[in-house]
Amino acid sequence: MTARPVLPGMTLTPEHARQLEALVKTLSPDEALWISGYLASFARHAVQAVPSPVRPALLILYGSETGHGAGLARLAEKKAAARGLAVRNMAMDDFRLQEFHEVGQLLVIASTHGDGDPPPAAVDFYDLVMGRKAPRLEGLKFAVLGLGDSTYERFCQTGKDLDQRLEALGAQRIQGRADCDVDYEAKADAWLDEVLEQFAREVPAQAAAAAPPSLLVQDAQFDAHHPFAATVMENLILNGRGSEKETRHIELSLAGSGLAWEPGDSLGVLPENDPALVAELLAALDLRPDEPLAQEDGEIPLAEALTRRYEITALTPGFIGAYGEAAAAEPLGALAAPGKQADLRQYMAGRQVIDVVTEFPARGLDGKAFAAMLRKMQPRLYSLASSAAAYPEEAHLTVAVVRYHSHGRKRQGLASAYLADRVGSDGKVPVYVSSNKNFRLPADDSVPLIMVGAGTGVAPFRAFLQERQARGAKGRNWLFFGDRRFRTDFLYQVEWQRFLKDGLLTRMDVAFSRDQAEKVYVQHRLLEKGKEVFAWLEEGACLYVCGDASHMAPDVHRALAAIVVREGGMDAEAAEEYLKRLHKERRYQRDVY
Amino acid sequence: MDRSRDLSQPMENLNPAEALKAGSRFLRGGIADGLADPLTGAIPGEDTQLLKFHGIYQQDDRDLRDERRHQKLEPAYEFMVRLRLPGGVCQPWQWLRLDELACHYGNGTLRLTTRQTFQFHGVLKGNLKPTLRGIHAALLDTRGTCGDVNRGVLCSPYPVPFHGRLHELAKELSDRFSPRSRAYHEIWLDQEPVAGGEEEPIYGPTYLPRKFKIVFAVPPWNDVDVYAQDLGFIAIADGDALAGFNVSVGGGMGRTDREPATYPRLADVIGFCPPQQVVAVAEAVVGIQRDYGDRVDRKHARFKYTLDDRGIDWFKAELERRLGESLEAPRPFSFETNCDPIGWTSGADGASHYTLFVENGRVRDAKMAGLREIARIHGGDFRLTPNQNLIIAYIAPEQRAWISSLLAEYGLDRRPGLLRQNAMACVALPTCGLAMAESERYLPDLVSKLEAVLAECGLSETPITVRMSGCPNGCSRPYIAEIGFSGRGPGKYNLYLGGGFHGQRLNSLYLENVGEEQIMAALVPILRRYAVERLAGERFGDFVIRAGIVREIRQGREFNG
Ligand code: SRM
Ligand SMILES: Cc1cc2nc3c(=O)[nH]c(=O)nc-3n(C[C@H](O)[C@H](O)[C@H](O)COP(=O)(O)OP(=O)(O)OC[C@H]3O[C@@H](n4cnc5c(N)ncnc54)[C@H](O)[C@@H]3O)c2cc1C
Ligand SMILES: Cc1cc2nc3c(=O)[nH]c(=O)nc-3n(C[C@H](O)[C@H](O)[C@H](O)COP(=O)(O)O)c2cc1C
Ligand code: SF4
Repeated sequence: MTARPVLPGMTLTPEHARQLEALVKTLSPDEALWISGYLASFARHAVQAVPSPVRPALLILYGSETGHGAGLARLAEKKAAARGLAVRNMAMDDFRLQEFHEVGQLLVIASTHGDGDPPPAAVDFYDLVMGRKAPRLEGLKFAVLGLGDSTYERFCQTGKDLDQRLEALGAQRIQGRADCDVDYEAKADAWLDEVLEQFAREVPAQAAAAAPPSLLVQDAQFDAHHPFAATVMENLILNGRGSEKETRHIELSLAGSGLAWEPGDSLGVLPENDPALVAELLAALDLRPDEPLAQEDGEIPLAEALTRRYEITALTPGFIGAYGEAAAAEPLGALAAPGKQADLRQYMAGRQVIDVVTEFPARGLDGKAFAAMLRKMQPRLYSLASSAAAYPEEAHLTVAVVRYHSHGRKRQGLASAYLADRVGSDGKVPVYVSSNKNFRLPADDSVPLIMVGAGTGVAPFRAFLQERQARGAKGRNWLFFGDRRFRTDFLYQVEWQRFLKDGLLTRMDVAFSRDQAEKVYVQHRLLEKGKEVFAWLEEGACLYVCGDASHMAPDVHRALAAIVVREGGMDAEAAEEYLKRLHKERRYQRDVY
Repeated sequence: MDRSRDLSQPMENLNPAEALKAGSRFLRGGIADGLADPLTGAIPGEDTQLLKFHGIYQQDDRDLRDERRHQKLEPAYEFMVRLRLPGGVCQPWQWLRLDELACHYGNGTLRLTTRQTFQFHGVLKGNLKPTLRGIHAALLDTRGTCGDVNRGVLCSPYPVPFHGRLHELAKELSDRFSPRSRAYHEIWLDQEPVAGGEEEPIYGPTYLPRKFKIVFAVPPWNDVDVYAQDLGFIAIADGDALAGFNVSVGGGMGRTDREPATYPRLADVIGFCPPQQVVAVAEAVVGIQRDYGDRVDRKHARFKYTLDDRGIDWFKAELERRLGESLEAPRPFSFETNCDPIGWTSGADGASHYTLFVENGRVRDAKMAGLREIARIHGGDFRLTPNQNLIIAYIAPEQRAWISSLLAEYGLDRRPGLLRQNAMACVALPTCGLAMAESERYLPDLVSKLEAVLAECGLSETPITVRMSGCPNGCSRPYIAEIGFSGRGPGKYNLYLGGGFHGQRLNSLYLENVGEEQIMAALVPILRRYAVERLAGERFGDFVIRAGIVREIRQGREFNG
């Protein structure tokens, strides 16, 4: 293509003009067409992204325990309003970090408690700002007022920390910090006047930059064979002390990957085996860890191959047969014989490769032959528990860690224990996006949702709700959640509570199976609320079910059918038809495993 | 007279707590809905304030707070339930019921308080109703043990000849001042709602400005710490009979750090009344506080401030006006100690009593098991003391050996050192929401360290009172201890010296906001000096003042310097 003036009549910066020109030169016609569509959609989003209400020029964030700071914040709010500033005043923990990009000026009022610690209702905010996930704050103007008591060693520590940190994040301090002692009133009053005067002077220069929409292109660059190395940013146990369960919340950084996904998608994880188990296997088989093993991409040492390329825990009938032969183990041969499936299953239950290998030692088996009996490493899928709109370039997972005892050994799930125990913080996890077109939010934001999730099944609904919040979707949302015990197993409890408070969640019903003598599950709650559930469906609600495939999903299905019979006055057959129709209309979607 | 802050003002001029009470439909509020909310272990919103009037505090396990916050779980909400037990007397069968409730629904312990009653800790929301029903089945209740009403009425538990009469009076006052509202029966006992027309004949719909506390003391013991109470009746004996009571008013401990307008105050003895006038005096005093107490600033709402603001003469005149007569002049009396005598005592009637030392009032483990066994056979009664101890009272001669062997079997007959015997700590962490530092879980260690020093100086047999509170509220009445502590932050305390041995004098701030190392470094040389320089019989609290180590505090207003 020849160079020509791009976009006549439109003013691009010279830099952008040059870049665009350079790009256009290299494009095929198809690509150019695609990009034109992309840019059009980009522009539409950018236009939509400009919110109608005036953005607050000044945000006052306070962290206060005994009310001094809260009182000062109210005072500052009045003073600011009197100066004609558009001002918003809120407690730190009510503030979401993502909102920072909507703010041009920031006044922080923070007291110090404990032994130099932030006040309890500011700890979450403090941790986020001080942590490495804090956003860059270039262009933000700020000032900090610290409240404290000089008889404490770490006087006004929280104010000091935040003041330094905001600067380090790129924000610009417009006035030096005030460290106020217990007799703070006069000093704070004067300081606030000065600061607000400064802020008021800045106002006309305010321009709130809209966050660019993320690229909505499905990136084919990373897949199960070419995973992206995501960095672990967070790995914590969601179950409270005393729980029998271990459910992890894992946050991965996808920064730089260009990976894109939608709520409802899963993340594929390529795990590594436990090195101790690899070593044990090698020893049991008398194999050399450094024995070279040919792979598609060249030779690698056997130990590495057993760590990353093969499943060395799960037993398969194929393995029993092949290994039985190699080890000349008659009992295995007998199990592998045709017609013995039941015995074989029984034998395999709770056993793994290591059990077979130690029970029937094989002489003279080489690495290559052994590896050939094993299954290739299979990725594990985990529902994305975060929406890209709320957490760009991050993937949150909710992982139930598999741990159990069998045949005298402690066992753990390959991928779940890998994520829980072995990756370590800052470690890298090979991942890719596994798209699921059959588990999607409705395009229409006014459609009501009924979401049913037990245990980790609730994960995608966290992403759904984040997405609907980010979109400002007006549709009602109803969540059913179930797990074992209220006190320890209410996964993401405070997040749901906050969604309810914000009005994003319209209703939530919970079933904790082990809190009372008789077991109560989500399907029981659905049945209890059958009348309303049916009414929602009749009004066009979309219904989602996620989690356990063996019990929960069928039980929930039966409950739904019963509801349709009872509330819709249909017979069983018609009720099934009704649910089928919902399914066809993509209003009954399931993601079960 | 300035009436700009009392009940005479329109609601909008008063503290929001007043409107909350007034709008609560006599303490119902939304408690029932909060109980039914399955998404939180808390009672949401302001209803927790109303819950207190039912004897229930919402708390959370503060040991888990940080951990759970990271886990995206709400705090581990749980409730403290406080019983109403006038005079601290409880029957063995009731003990067994309470023990069972604590094990079923609480954290497996019983907490004896500085106001002679039981607290359950760690009761989950869903277990509140069963717990309160269980308490009802034990013929007990929790009405008005918290909130802006008259609290538990104390009565010295020692078996003096007229104890029965005092106990009757304590019960009478406690009953009379319990909230009349049927909310308690509706919410907790599922009784039919009343049709309306309810009223609170004594309090009115806004109850009192703040808590109010009444005690009965029996000289020479001041175990109830009469000077720390809003209203005290000091028994004046006439031989074995009860002549009447000296009346004391305006005591209180609570204060706030670095807010000099708040201070502990000791009560003034203002007169004498015969037993039959006790109820009238109490109603008049409570009425004065109801009408004139500060309803704007809750930190200035206790009766002690009403008195200091308006003066004792005004008060006496107002009391006289309400009673229609003046009180007689106070009669002579004298206190010797506010501590409990630990171990066996016996009365003229041949019955024995055993005062069991319960460190900081916490009954758990072997103590819980041993007392359970004793409760199964004991024919007398149990009495909780204001020093958080327990008297197994009226042990029949034929049972003494049996109970004695049970005490030995469960290790309950071991005598602690004298300092420990006379030490008290409030609950504080992990349950108390106001705690700034450890108290119940820490004082025992500090006492061990101090006892080593005392032994070294030959002071092991000299009683000294030590009290620690985890915050300045002073639930262990630390400001009248010879050595007092109030928590400032994790591991940090204010240290006070010079309180009166029988509770007759406030102590004085010696060090502010210090940790154990500084506390020990300060106390060791002072104790050494005391060992050497004290006069015959001189109490530690008196010594530190005579030696000029701290100044004498003569009245509450001087406490903050
Ligand atoms: C259990 C007990 C301490 C103990 O170790 O035994 C106690 C425990 C609490 N007290 Fe107290 N107070 C206890 C006797 C006292 C006393 C001593 C007394 O009454 O003789 C005082 C000082 C006397 C006074 O009232 O001035 C006392 C002054 C306070 C105060 C300060 C009141 C003030 O005037 O400022 C508070 C805080 C408040 O009311 O705002 C408080 C508040 C509390 C609370 C309920 C905390 C709260 O409001 O959230 C504590 C519950 C802790 C827990 O986890 O159990 N407690 N509290 C005592 C229970 C008494 C009872 O059975 O009713
Ligand atoms: C679309 C999809 C979404 C998913 N989303 C999530 C999610 O969001 N969160 C989540 O946690 N999981 C999710 N899963 C499941 C997840 O992919 C893994 O299957 C799971 O984590 C177990 O993998 P693992 O490697 O840890 O265990 P493995 O090593 O694969 O071991 C699991 C096996 O161990 C055996 N086993 C387990 N317990 C016992 C026992 N008590 N006794 C005997 N044998 C036992 C069973 O054979 C079981 O199949 C999802 C799956 C799919 C398909
Ligand atoms: C338990 C406690 C611990 C405190 N610790 C500190 C501290 O470590 N450093 C400090 O400067 N101030 C400390 N303070 C003082 C408070 O910061 C000060 O009282 C401030 O005015 C409270 O403001 P707020 O009411 O907005 O929370 C502490 C206060 C309390 C009650
Ligand atoms: S003194 Fe403070 S810390 Fe101790 S129980 Fe009372 S309120 Fe709690």
